[in-house]
Amino acid sequence: MANLIDIKGVTHAYRTKSGLLPVLDNLNIAVPEGEFAAVVGPSGCGKSTLTRLVAGLMKPDQGEVWLHGERVTSPRKTVGMAFQNPVLLEWRSILENVILPLEIVAPRMPQQDREARAMHLLEMVGLKGFEGKRPSELSGGMRQRASLCRAIVHKPDVLIMDEPFGALDNFTREDLWQTMRDLRAAEPFTCVLITHDLRESVFLGDQVFVLSGRPARTQMVLDVDLPADRTLDILYQPKAQEMLHTLRDQIRIAQGRDGDAH
Amino acid sequence: METLQKIAVPILAVVLFLLAWEALVWVNDWPNYKMASPSDLPPAFWKFRWLFLEMGWQTLWRTVLGLVLAVLFGTMIGMIMGFSRIARDGLYPLLVGFNAIPKATLVPVISLIFIGQHDFNTVLMAFLISFFPIAVSVGIGLSTLEPEYRDILRSLGASRLTIFRKIALPKTLPEFFGALKVSVTLAFIGTNLVEIVAPHGRGLGALFKSGETNGDYPLMFAVLIALAALGILLYYAVLVLERIFAGWAERPQS
Repeated sequence: MANLIDIKGVTHAYRTKSGLLPVLDNLNIAVPEGEFAAVVGPSGCGKSTLTRLVAGLMKPDQGEVWLHGERVTSPRKTVGMAFQNPVLLEWRSILENVILPLEIVAPRMPQQDREARAMHLLEMVGLKGFEGKRPSELSGGMRQRASLCRAIVHKPDVLIMDEPFGALDNFTREDLWQTMRDLRAAEPFTCVLITHDLRESVFLGDQVFVLSGRPARTQMVLDVDLPADRTLDILYQPKAQEMLHTLRDQIRIAQGRDGDAH
Repeated sequence: METLQKIAVPILAVVLFLLAWEALVWVNDWPNYKMASPSDLPPAFWKFRWLFLEMGWQTLWRTVLGLVLAVLFGTMIGMIMGFSRIARDGLYPLLVGFNAIPKATLVPVISLIFIGQHDFNTVLMAFLISFFPIAVSVGIGLSTLEPEYRDILRSLGASRLTIFRKIALPKTLPEFFGALKVSVTLAFIGTNLVEIVAPHGRGLGALFKSGETNGDYPLMFAVLIALAALGILLYYAVLVLERIFAGWAERPQS
């Protein structure tokens, strides 16, 4: 079966004042259609570079990024993005914020269809009744929900998320995991989630890619063979615990501390 | 109650100020060629009422025209500086250097280049003195746009123009209006500078000058008050525009 996302041997370095700073080194990631790939790794290992590469916002020095059997060389309309900062436009209402991608991707779509589509998503994430509010009137968790709606409003094939829940408190974060799980059940898309949170990667991912420290390589791939309709409880069961342990060890190796007792 | 307070308090403050002014002149027994008192002003306004209207209009339209040019030019320069690093590095020292020149020194220069073009010179000065804050604020607003804001639309293949129109421009509006409030006052200074200094000028500045020439001190003070009134008018006009176009930037008060 063909992979929807195929990152083949990607190597990239940034030019800085003190010379080349390699961030990715022969990175390989393949995600089949409809699957959810979680990418974890130590801080500063080039995870954000990865999102920009998949989105076509930059080109790698070496290697290739393929989406849908086509080589990515520039941005494409079939991608949705969400960041740690929800980057909602303060001068638009929540509804108008969610509609924004449709204005670019489907300029001929009637306004009422756009609004219906956006309202449908807002309802799914529990923001019904808040569509007329300004972003500043919402809590951090609610803003991130709106940001998720905006990322998938144009039905992208690929959703790329760069630590979308990183700035939220733990309970809000767990709420959003469940929202994410429900969205996925209702709206099929292939997803790449960059995260620091191992529990998040196990709860949401079908596969977890562990990246090594900079420059990042694929250090390990973990198949998360848990049922699709996961609940938070599953994280406390032995199977998930075992996976979390494995991931923790891998991170320690990635940080170059595998000799540590702790 | 709250609206009453909003209206009554400023009026009361103005009345108190006028009373204090009147008292100051009265206590010191200053003649009106030393300092006019508020009670000298209504007769002066009435005596020259048609001149005030005519000259006030002259000053107003020149200031506004200069300001409009400053907005257009300043926004353009700001956009160029905001989008291109090279343009920013090249233009910045020029702009700062130009802004550092006290504009009063430019009056004779301009007057010599465009002899007798009083309207043109006045508008030009209003423009020259007021575009700088706008250019800088737009330039900084654009160049400090967080990359994520750009990425949301860029990842969908939006053009630079679309990104500017949908994100960069509206996001810069609060800074733009902040700068415009400064520019309004500056443009006003520019207009009056030329009106006062240039021979055979028109506008409120010229009226002020004629008051000085004729030793009509109440007239001079009346002009000052008229200038203040015009300045307030322009400032509030900008405030209304800001409410309309950038009202979202105001946080709801809790």
